[in-house]
Amino acid sequence: MNGNPIVEGFIEAIRLIVSLDPQVVEITIRSLYVSLTATFFAALIALPLGALIYFYEFRGKHAVVSTLQTLYALPTVIVGLVMFLLLSNIGPFGFLRLLYTPGGMIVTQTVLIIPLLMGLTVSALSGIDRDKRYTITALGASRLQTIVTIIVESRFAVMSSVLLGFGRAISEVGTVMIIGGNIRGATRVLTTAIALNTSMANYSVSIALGIILLAVALGVNIALSLVQRR
Amino acid sequence: MVIIEARDIRKVYGNLEVLHDVDLSVEEGEILGLIGPSGSGKSTLLRILDLIEPPSGGELSVFGTDTVAERSRWLDLRRRMGMLFQRPIVFNASVYDNVAMGLRYRGVSGSDIDRKVKEALDAVGLSRYIKSRATDLSGGEQQRVALSRVLVTDPEILFLDEPTANLDPGSTATIERIVADLNREAGMTVLISTHDLAQGQRLAHRIAVMIEGTVAQAGSPHAVFHEPGSRKIAGFVGVQNIIPGRIVSRQGGLTTVAAKDRRIISATPSPADEVFVVIRGEDISLHRREPGYEEAENLFPARVTAIESMAPFVNVTVDCGCDLVVLMPARRAEALEIHVGMEVWVSLPAKVVHLVPQNGP
Repeated sequence: MNGNPIVEGFIEAIRLIVSLDPQVVEITIRSLYVSLTATFFAALIALPLGALIYFYEFRGKHAVVSTLQTLYALPTVIVGLVMFLLLSNIGPFGFLRLLYTPGGMIVTQTVLIIPLLMGLTVSALSGIDRDKRYTITALGASRLQTIVTIIVESRFAVMSSVLLGFGRAISEVGTVMIIGGNIRGATRVLTTAIALNTSMANYSVSIALGIILLAVALGVNIALSLVQRR
Repeated sequence: MVIIEARDIRKVYGNLEVLHDVDLSVEEGEILGLIGPSGSGKSTLLRILDLIEPPSGGELSVFGTDTVAERSRWLDLRRRMGMLFQRPIVFNASVYDNVAMGLRYRGVSGSDIDRKVKEALDAVGLSRYIKSRATDLSGGEQQRVALSRVLVTDPEILFLDEPTANLDPGSTATIERIVADLNREAGMTVLISTHDLAQGQRLAHRIAVMIEGTVAQAGSPHAVFHEPGSRKIAGFVGVQNIIPGRIVSRQGGLTTVAAKDRRIISATPSPADEVFVVIRGEDISLHRREPGYEEAENLFPARVTAIESMAPFVNVTVDCGCDLVVLMPARRAEALEIHVGMEVWVSLPAKVVHLVPQNGP
């Protein structure tokens, strides 16, 4: 059959997904594992730090928030380069032997999305307006009770920021390529596999992985809109 | 007994002075109405008295405690008070959880919270929404949730910051009734700010007028509405006639003032030589012909120059040497067949003619 390679690739891609091709499944699972773990650790670090920035008045608070917002748009290859230098044998963290491992990819993605999560946490908490804060105080809340109430009240906005962070982590290609090295069976993830297979004219695998990546992104967006509707 | 005593309160935000020289004392068990134009500092003053934010200067004692010296007691003092805000504020949780908030902050036991929340929602007629998400309710219902959230904590002082400004007449009446009942039956002290003059008169035992960041006058509703202390207060409380004049004589407790081409007799001791004559439109009587017998010290022939509908009333402007605005029921104006150009008589007793100094505050 001498059809269009794109059409054939598409049909083959569907077959790969439906038949749960081992290579496709393995790459998908690794991708989810790396980005979910990175999002978890980033949230663990960024949410308390973001809350700290929001609740405490200090000199240069405005500058810190602006810097965080600037870092939203940090090019992933720059993060990849810096983390490569830190984790490589010539860098200060070379002894951890994280370069070209999923562990190194997790650390790097964590670093990548921490500014995003911190900044969005600050804006989520800032969404609690002045009158609501006055109401909490007037109802007799102590300082700690005030903080807890504000965090609980902005839980949906905070959850959206975590989902956005995950979306950025799973769809980026720069850091996982540099830190992971796209090693088959070890550090290959959805984005790096698509890049490689496309350049090798192996369209069916690329399309299959692309469909899966889109489905994940779509799932995140559906979850996001469900959360934001609350 | 004085429950709140404020002296020389000042509040500054950056370069903006919102309050200055505020002196106010509140008696236990009274309803004090705080009236004043938007931006006069009513909300800020209420927040300071409720210890939500500190003043920039001055002295404030609440429940006999000097709040400037004893900052560590603010939380305890604040938990004996409650405040309802202008905009209905509800949290993204069930109506039950909203109403329970203040009790949970105070560490009240679960079964007591359960009982009190159910009672409070009953009182405002929202029992059927107990499990609903509070943010799904209408504005009026949200404000009633906010009110019961305050009332379950049994505040000794209740602050209401324009609580009915955005509400329909039904919800307004419910809230006014609850506040009046609580004051009468539980002896709750109430401070209510409002720009609705009628609401101030309806509810308050005493009224404080705020003008440009300070309490310009405090007294009985009658004193504030009929004997305003300055031209600005008179303007704010809706006095129709504020006429510049000068004193021409004083004798036997009566003061004669020349206002344009008319001499008006007033029972107010003259405060200065240059004055404003302040007369409420409803205090002036209008007659079709010269009354045979009239007790009022002032009786003038006049000509109707304008009629303005203020349903169900009309403002009738007459020229009697100076312009006077007479407020009368529309039905009565119809019965008298008032029309522009008509020759009439107006009368007003000396005691309704109030005088304020021209160069006063």
